[in-house]
Amino acid sequence: MFENMSFETLQSYWWIIISLLGSILVFLMFVQGGQTLIYAIGKNEEERKMLINSLGRKWEFTFTTLVTFGGAFFASFPLFYSTSFGGAYWVWMAILFPFIIQAVSYEFRSKPNNFLGHKTYEWFLIINGLLGTILIGVAVSTFFTGSEFSVSKVSLTHLNDPAISRWEGPAHGLEAILNWRNVALGLAVFFLARVLGSLYFMNTIADETIIDRSKKQLLINAVPFLLFFLSYIVALMLYPGFALDPDTGTISMKPYKYFYNLIQMPVVLAMFLAGVVTVLLGIAISLFAGVKNAPKGIWLTGPGTILTVLSLFLLAGFNNTSYYPSTYNLQSSLTIHNSSSSYYTLTVMSYVSLLVPFVIAYIWYAWKSINNKKIDASEMQTEEHTY
Amino acid sequence: MIESVDLNTIDWSRAQFALTAIYHWLFVPLTLGLSFLVAIMESIYVKTGNPEWKRITKFWMTLFGINFAIGIATGIILEFQFGTNWSNYSWFVGDIFGAPLAIEGIMAFFMESTFIAVMFFGWDKVSKGFHLTSSWLTAIGASLSALWILVANAWMQFPAGMSFNPDTVRNEMVSFWDVLLSPVAVNKFLHTVSSGYVTGSVFVVGISAWFLLKRRNIQMAKRSILIASIFGLIASVFLALSGDGSAYQVSQKQPMKLAAMEGLYQGKKGAGLVTVGVPTPGKKAGDGKEEFLVKIEIPKLLSFMGYRNPEAFVPGVEDLISGGFKPEFDHINPLEKSRALSVEEKISRGKIAVSALGLYKEAKSANDTAGIKSSLQVLHENFPYFGYAYLNSPNSVIPNVPLTFYSFRIMVILGFYFIVLFILVLYLLNKNKLEKKRWLLWLSLWTIPLVYFASQAGWVVAEVGRQPWVIQDLMPTMAAVSKIDASSVIITFWLFAAVFTTLLIAEVMIMKRQIKIGPNDGGQDNV
Repeated sequence: MFENMSFETLQSYWWIIISLLGSILVFLMFVQGGQTLIYAIGKNEEERKMLINSLGRKWEFTFTTLVTFGGAFFASFPLFYSTSFGGAYWVWMAILFPFIIQAVSYEFRSKPNNFLGHKTYEWFLIINGLLGTILIGVAVSTFFTGSEFSVSKVSLTHLNDPAISRWEGPAHGLEAILNWRNVALGLAVFFLARVLGSLYFMNTIADETIIDRSKKQLLINAVPFLLFFLSYIVALMLYPGFALDPDTGTISMKPYKYFYNLIQMPVVLAMFLAGVVTVLLGIAISLFAGVKNAPKGIWLTGPGTILTVLSLFLLAGFNNTSYYPSTYNLQSSLTIHNSSSSYYTLTVMSYVSLLVPFVIAYIWYAWKSINNKKIDASEMQTEEHTY
Repeated sequence: MIESVDLNTIDWSRAQFALTAIYHWLFVPLTLGLSFLVAIMESIYVKTGNPEWKRITKFWMTLFGINFAIGIATGIILEFQFGTNWSNYSWFVGDIFGAPLAIEGIMAFFMESTFIAVMFFGWDKVSKGFHLTSSWLTAIGASLSALWILVANAWMQFPAGMSFNPDTVRNEMVSFWDVLLSPVAVNKFLHTVSSGYVTGSVFVVGISAWFLLKRRNIQMAKRSILIASIFGLIASVFLALSGDGSAYQVSQKQPMKLAAMEGLYQGKKGAGLVTVGVPTPGKKAGDGKEEFLVKIEIPKLLSFMGYRNPEAFVPGVEDLISGGFKPEFDHINPLEKSRALSVEEKISRGKIAVSALGLYKEAKSANDTAGIKSSLQVLHENFPYFGYAYLNSPNSVIPNVPLTFYSFRIMVILGFYFIVLFILVLYLLNKNKLEKKRWLLWLSLWTIPLVYFASQAGWVVAEVGRQPWVIQDLMPTMAAVSKIDASSVIITFWLFAAVFTTLLIAEVMIMKRQIKIGPNDGGQDNV
């Protein structure tokens, strides 16, 4: 099946998979967004317990998706993995540390004799929610704004200094936060995660106070989200982009590149518009469509997020565009063609990707089986395993 | 100004990888073993319907959950560290190495994280059968994730199923099955997961022994000991068999590692296996000093284990450096069938390979067909020694011999000790005398740290013993490292050390408290 595909088709297929994983990851960051709201919505221990337990049953999916996203990127576009992770060292470390402390916080928080006290673990969750979302947004934004690196494979023949990928700035990735556009996307992701977190609480917790406060947070966070997101998109359409000449393989700056990408790929444009509208619709339903419909918003805003982020990823990598551009040396920029794995490996991995629907199906089935009842205060008393 | 690789960056990157891997490996073996033990215990509960077994299952499951969380926390960094600290490596072999990591995520991590949720939250929400299946799938998921990362590790020790592409300047996969089913991968998987099963078993036996010492939860403790010691004994047999297989593979594929494991500087025919010994401190290759201050040796056993022939010649460190002997191991370049090359010759061949790659690139950009052809031929002839080009001296292929030697013995001796312990505990339990042998109960409890020590020692043998290679013969650490300042790595090293140590303290404190609380939800045997 996959053997009959061309190399270019396989590269595109894998860019779609990576984009899909990335967009699912952003949706699942409702966990991170929710974590930053535990004090804003939970005013006493009982309320916080419900909030943390509702997130605690989902955090591993976000975490596992992040890990799978990294692994899949490594397997399909290893030059990105080696260049970005090895170069933008500090950004990635700053992203990873908050995930390390998140991973123990749910399980350890309410256990007796937990050394740091439950408040520390709650703050670990807040730090993870804050840094994880903002920095991932900043890192993804560099797909459009570029970074200072160079790639020279011949370096491997320089015996004393064989590094192929080099970061050409001293800050090793942290310089990305000096670009307002990167920060804007970082903050857009942060506020979106809080929007999703609020919607998630409204969907899973049967407690009026929590639902009311979540609704308030939804409004408070939807406004800055829209502000940062729209300014980012407008800038993206107006700024020049990194275009690939498919005949020569050279990269050059092209005015309004991403705007052209959008109109030259109508499917992506449709996905983007549908995504944005669905995100807004979900928010509106939960805010204004009455108590009965309030829990339903996430079922629109969630998929809408996936569609929107997916279209942004496709905008970055398709239509002869460099998805990881170098502002230091344009010709070092990475495209889905010059950074991918071999034809053979992509074929093997494509067969593995057929497992994904099966994985999604069993996750769905397992969760349906144990989540048919909403979380409430009484469950927190009776359930043996709580966080 | 001629730039060069900062040696400090290499050392600190190695230290950071070692630190994070050691911490991760404190938690993974228990996850591997305890997940199966919990699944077995729950199977008995489902079969018998006896609520006491449910209580036992839940108690061990609580400890499993605490350990699982910190295993995840320490694991995430390992995956990304290949990129952050070993950037050149990630490109040079990413085409092969990335695949198992991705498959691990898709196949194993989701399985674990989905079904562990059913394990913990599904008791009264799903059927007994579905819950039990979830417990088994969590255990299988844990071992599956070990499979893929061990396939990746085995590939670094014995690269298989790939070929070098000079256009992309990397190794590319040509056979997925050769990567997955390489004999080193199969052995490594069996050996490592069985060591995890033994760890889980020793843990359960040790903690249960503590309950017997405290004279509480007697029935739970005895039942747990029964299951764990049987499971541990079976796993130990696999551990010993796969250990023998590993030693054979090392002899055939990494003779320098074997020489270091044995402290063998001068090779010999019919070499004996040193069971215990003290290598001469400060011993260097070629200094003429005795290899050991004292040693007890079983004649001819090393030749037999390594070559399945008691008279086979086992090359020592010095033979491998100076070459000239007739190799008997199977993994050998045709060039060396009758005479092993010296490391010096390998270094010069490596340099020829690297410069041929440079010439190929030049010829390619100049469209010089003859140049392309000739440089390619030279490259292919010498590629098996590619990594040697980056070495400064022949002696840099020698790993830390005393560390490898002692670690190997700690691992093996403790491995046999665990077998004796399981048999003894099982025998006395069967005779109903276990509670009276308080010294044995104490010994079982204090064996818990030993099983971790043995497990870590095993990784020291595997990883220190293969230095300086990141990929055997093809890439040493100095060619693999990222171009970052040592100061950055030093800062992250200490950050990891601080965070992981703090989390470890928290984990041990929580674990101790949970054990003290015990299975507190009623039951018949709260004496």
